[in-house]
This record gives sequence, structure tokens and C-alpha cells, in this order.
Amino acid sequence: MKDGICRRRPWQGRTGDAGRLRRDLEKKMEEKLGVGIDIGSTCAKTVVTDANGEILRRSLRPTGWSSVETAQTIQEELAADGITADNARFVATGYGRISVPFADKCVTEISCHARGAVRLFGSQELNVIDIGGQDTKLIVISGGAVTEFVMNDKCSAGTGRFLEVMANTLAVRPEELCRMAASGSDTRISSLCTVFAESEVINLIGRGTSRENIAFAVVDSIAQKVKTQAGRVRFHSGPVCLTGGLCDFPFVTERLASAFGRPVVTSPAARYAGAYGAALIAAGLKG
Amino acid sequence: MADYVKMWENLGMDLETHDLLCQVLPTAVGDVFMTQENRPKAMDFWDLVISEVHGIRPAELIEEQKKGRKVFGTFCVYVPDEVVIAANGIVTGLCGGSQFWVPGGEAVLPKNTCPLIKASVGARLGRTCPFFRIADMYVGETTCDGKKKAYEILGKDVPMYVMDVPQMKREKDILKWKEEIAEFAKKVEEFTGNEITVEKLADAIRLVNEKRRALKRVYDARKSENVPISGRDALLMMQISFFDDPARCAQMCNRLADELEQRNRDGVSVVPAGTKRILLTGTPLAVPNWKLHNIIETSGAVVVCEEMCTGTRYFENEVDETGTTLDEQFMALSRRYMKNNCACFTPNEGRIDDILRLAKEYKADGVIDCSLKFCNLYDIEKKAVSEALKQAGIPVLSLETDYEDSDAEQLRTRIEAFVEMLNN
Ligand code: SF4
Ligand code: SF4
Repeated sequence: MKDGICRRRPWQGRTGDAGRLRRDLEKKMEEKLGVGIDIGSTCAKTVVTDANGEILRRSLRPTGWSSVETAQTIQEELAADGITADNARFVATGYGRISVPFADKCVTEISCHARGAVRLFGSQELNVIDIGGQDTKLIVISGGAVTEFVMNDKCSAGTGRFLEVMANTLAVRPEELCRMAASGSDTRISSLCTVFAESEVINLIGRGTSRENIAFAVVDSIAQKVKTQAGRVRFHSGPVCLTGGLCDFPFVTERLASAFGRPVVTSPAARYAGAYGAALIAAGLKG
Repeated sequence: MADYVKMWENLGMDLETHDLLCQVLPTAVGDVFMTQENRPKAMDFWDLVISEVHGIRPAELIEEQKKGRKVFGTFCVYVPDEVVIAANGIVTGLCGGSQFWVPGGEAVLPKNTCPLIKASVGARLGRTCPFFRIADMYVGETTCDGKKKAYEILGKDVPMYVMDVPQMKREKDILKWKEEIAEFAKKVEEFTGNEITVEKLADAIRLVNEKRRALKRVYDARKSENVPISGRDALLMMQISFFDDPARCAQMCNRLADELEQRNRDGVSVVPAGTKRILLTGTPLAVPNWKLHNIIETSGAVVVCEEMCTGTRYFENEVDETGTTLDEQFMALSRRYMKNNCACFTPNEGRIDDILRLAKEYKADGVIDCSLKFCNLYDIEKKAVSEALKQAGIPVLSLETDYEDSDAEQLRTRIEAFVEMLNN
């Protein structure tokens, strides 16, 4: 087998050492970076992890008008940093997941958020609240796996969209609204429908209610709506955690905790939970 | 395609608008059905019928009308076909399952009415469905509020007879339904000019039982570990059984069942082994509403059973054939029909028992409970359904949708997530 020798790879030795070397190298070749791309309705999040699921980098950009273009830009940016199909696997999630042609796999945001949250919060037993731009999800995780979930229907109440509309009416940015809300109190918006709630806010403005109080009412209404939605799943005694775009605002977490009557935990990284979960799934893909 | 334009014109249809409907249907059929692989050969019959759904069967019905037979259009599986058949009448289902007809319904009904009702009214008033034109008499029933009120509107345009369905299932309700059936029989005799005799009713009971048994055979074949037929194909067969001649329906279903049983012996499956099996429950899926089946079956799962009026509720339970007087026969009919577990009744625990039983019989990995938008009855019942299933350790997903395509991606996300959960 003359040419068998030529073709023999360096690690194809017979000694124990060489065998280990071969296994290590094969593992290295198998090992690729995990890239998770979460194309949400407002923001596109990207997380890159090493083969062990440690976050190497993360980024965020507005989804804009075209999720196809956004996905393309993300691909270019990653490639500029040397992250390509040669050394990484890609999993797409979020409502725009089908717009990512270079993804090795598409996985729904439910599974990705769950996977990301389990790793982020270091617990196999979790109740996840994800407030997204267009929908709110409640996910129950037992033994590290999703056992139940609900997503709100077409209505935008209790979502980031609701917050945006109300912030617009108050002529502030959503972040500002959340900050202002912390110094407001004792005001309520009774309507759960975004359209009606908007006219309620306009009425409150007309009556001279302070912006802080109105902001309080807006955040509280989101918390109440999420709580109502939670009636359709069976949260267990594990921690309740918040993921999604509102993680950065302590007051949102506070109102949720008050609505649920129990602590709600979050972390700034939880905003990337979906993309992180996707990256973890990508890192675990074979072939 | 045969030329049915003349026939449609004679039926007083709005040809121009109807043309639009004729243009979209083939695409839908192509997308939903023809993309499937390894379909049972016997589906050729239903493929043909659906490809000319406004032609073949309507033409047959018109031929029969020329011989003096009357066509009765119905909207609910509570209306007993046997009575009509015994008087040499013909029954055809009349439920609207397309968004195409919804705006026409919304012109006269509140927007927050269920799409099935809106589409049915729209199909009649818009003159774009031959079946709605052909029926000599509509037979309604006092099930949900929306239908009751819609029948008042339809009654202004077409002869309408409404049966008073009980709300509960006590013995006195079963007796009351028997009386309703007897009264309906009188009306049918009057309208057709034919007397209903014990012999004729016995024949009709046997005929419809035979159709039920044939449908059941097809469903029984779906219980097999391998999946011999897709949910989409089974649904199409089921939907068309509401329009077809009962004897031919039985014959075609038996032919399909022969093939499916052979597939089961050979272990032939239309999906890869391990594909998650879904039991679908909820409001009826009137033709051409294939939306949910299509999304489920293109999201990595397969529908193995429908606990719906376009499903098991249509064929489960037979009518006792031993009655020797009309009175006994009416009672036997009442007993069978009153076993149907529709959310219009209270209490309706029977439906929960059915769902649990069917989930087991059909080896379902999960249940999807879906109601049409604005159907309060089925929507309210979702809680009880999901609680019972969770208690039994069977995963369940509750959904709500209408006939529009706009929520397809939202539904897909939920369904895919549910399948991912089942696969985990
Ligand atoms: S769901 Fe109820 S009302 Fe509708 S067809 Fe079935 S039995 Fe009749
Ligand atoms: S789906 Fe519900 S609302 Fe619609 S006709 Fe049936 S019972 Fe009535």
C-alpha cells in the first residue's frame, strides 16, 4: 500500500500518544464556534460562543425594514472578523429566522430563549418571561427542557411595541419612559388594548397628570398584562426570570415582581438570551 | 375541465366574482396537497372532486333535482341525514371555509362573529358558491348564538327550517330531541311530497351507518404506528364526505381503507419514523380550510386524528338499527346524535373524555386545541381541555385563528416550538 503511506495522516500512528493526539485533533476539527442570530421584530441580536458555550462577543442592531438585509450585514460583519462557515456553525431564531439563508438550522425563539436562560441563570428549573418587541412569551422549564409555553396573540398589549407607542405619545424614548416610571406612582391605565390605552394616556395628559405618573401606569399595565397571560401556564416554584429588551430597566423587573408577588431576576445579558441559546445550539451541532 | 359556466349562470351566480375564487383554489390545492410525497393512490377520487369542486357534484345534484328530488343544505352534524334520505331527499353540507366569503358576511354581520358563520352567509349572499344556490331548503339548528342569528338573515333569502337543539343531555333532552326529529320528518315529508315509512327510514339508517363505518375504517388505519396517510389527505376526504352521495362516499372510503390497511401491513409511512403525532381538537374545518393541517405538517409533525365535527364526531356512534316503528327509530336517532359532544352543550365533559381516549387510541404525542376566532364556546372550553390533558401528562397547545393568512407565521412559530418541545 504505497500510496496508503502517503495518505496517512500525521496522527494516524499506532502508539497511545499518537492516538490521543488524533482524538484531540479530530475533536478540534469538530469543534466550531457557535453563532446565534436572533432576528426579532425590532432588534437583531448576534452572539458568538466558543465550543464550550462561553460568550466571545455579542452585538445588537435594529432589524430595520428588511430582515434579509440585516442578516446579510451580520454575515458580512462576522466574516470581517474571520467568523465563517469554515470555523463556525450558525443557528437563526426569532420571527426573521427564515431570512437567514446561511443558517445551518432554524430554531424557534421559544427553544432558544429557554436554552439561553438555563445557561445564563444557571438553573434547570426556570419560569421565563420574555418581553419582546412584538410578542411576550412565558416559558416553563423543568429539567432544562421546555414543558409549557404561551405567546400572546395578535394584540400588542404587554409587549415592547406597547411601550413604544406609549413613549411616543409622551414624546420620550422608551428607555426614558422606564426611568421616569420609577419616580411615578398611583396611576392606572385600565384598558389593555393599545389603541384604547393610547387615548387613555392622552386623557391623562389632558388632565395634567405628571409624565412620571403616566409612565408608571404604562409600565404597570405591561406587568399586569403579563401576569394575566401567565394564568394560562403553570409556573412552578423555581425562579422567575425576565429576558428580552426590557432587562435593562430595573423598574420593569420591580413592577413584574410586584404583579407576580415573588422576586423576578434578570441580567443585562438576558437581553441576548435568544441569540445566546441559538449560539449554544449551534455550538452543539454536529457535522 | 368541463365547462360549467352555463350551469353557474343558470344558478344565478355572480360569475365574475366566482372566477376570482376559481383562480385561487387550484393554487391552494397544489400547494397543500400535490407537494406531498407517497400519497395513497385512492386519493385520486378526492383530488378529482376537489379539482372541480364547483362542477362535478353540483352538476349531479342538479340532475337529481330535475328528477324531482329535493336538496337540503345543513350546517351542523346534529341534523339527521337519515330523515332526509328516507324521504328521497339529498343532504349537502354548507359550511363556508374560505376567507374569500368573509367580507360578504361582514357586510351584514358584526365583525366579531366567527369566520365560519361569516363565510357561510357571505357565500350565500355573494352568490359565489353553487351548493348554496342549489339547496332547496336550508336546515339550521339552535346551537351557538351566532348561527341562530345568522339563520334569521339567511331565512330572508332562502327557505329555512331551524331545529331546536337542546342545551343539556338529560333524558328529557333526549326525548325532546326525538320530538324535534319527528317534527323535522313531517316538514321533510311536506317539502318533498314523499312519505317517510319505517322501511325507508330503516334503509336510510343502514346507509348512513355504513358510511360511518367506512369513515371509521379510514380513521382506524391512522392509529397505526406507521402513518399511512397524511392529516391533510384525511381531512380532505372527511370534508368532501359532507357533500358526497353517502353510498359512493362509503365505497370510496372503503377503497381508501383497503389501501391504508395494506400500507399498515407493509409498514409504509408517509412521514419518517419518529415524526410527532398530533391529535387536533376544536372547531370544525370547513372546506377549503386546510391552514392548520398544512402548517403542522410542514413544521415537522403529522396530524393523526381530528376530534372535530369534520372528524371523529361525524362518524363515531352508530344508530341502532332494530327499531320497528317510526317512534323507536326517531328515538334511536336522538340517542345517537345526542352522544355528539359539542361545546354548545353544558356540561360537556364527554368531549374531554373523548379527547383523552382518542389521544391514547391514536398514540398522539401532543394535542393541539384550536378554535376559530370569536367562537366563545370552544375558546372557553380550552381551559378545561388543557387542564385535563396536563393532568394526564399529555402536552397541549391552545391556539386561535381565523381564515386569514396573516397569522400563518405566528402560528408556525408556536407550532414549531411545540414540536421542538415534543422532540426534546
Ligand atoms: S361544532 Fe357543534 S354546532 Fe358546530 S357542527 Fe359541530 S355540533 Fe354543530
Ligand atoms: S365555530 Fe363556534 S361560533 Fe362558529 S359556528 Fe361553530 S360553534 Fe358557532
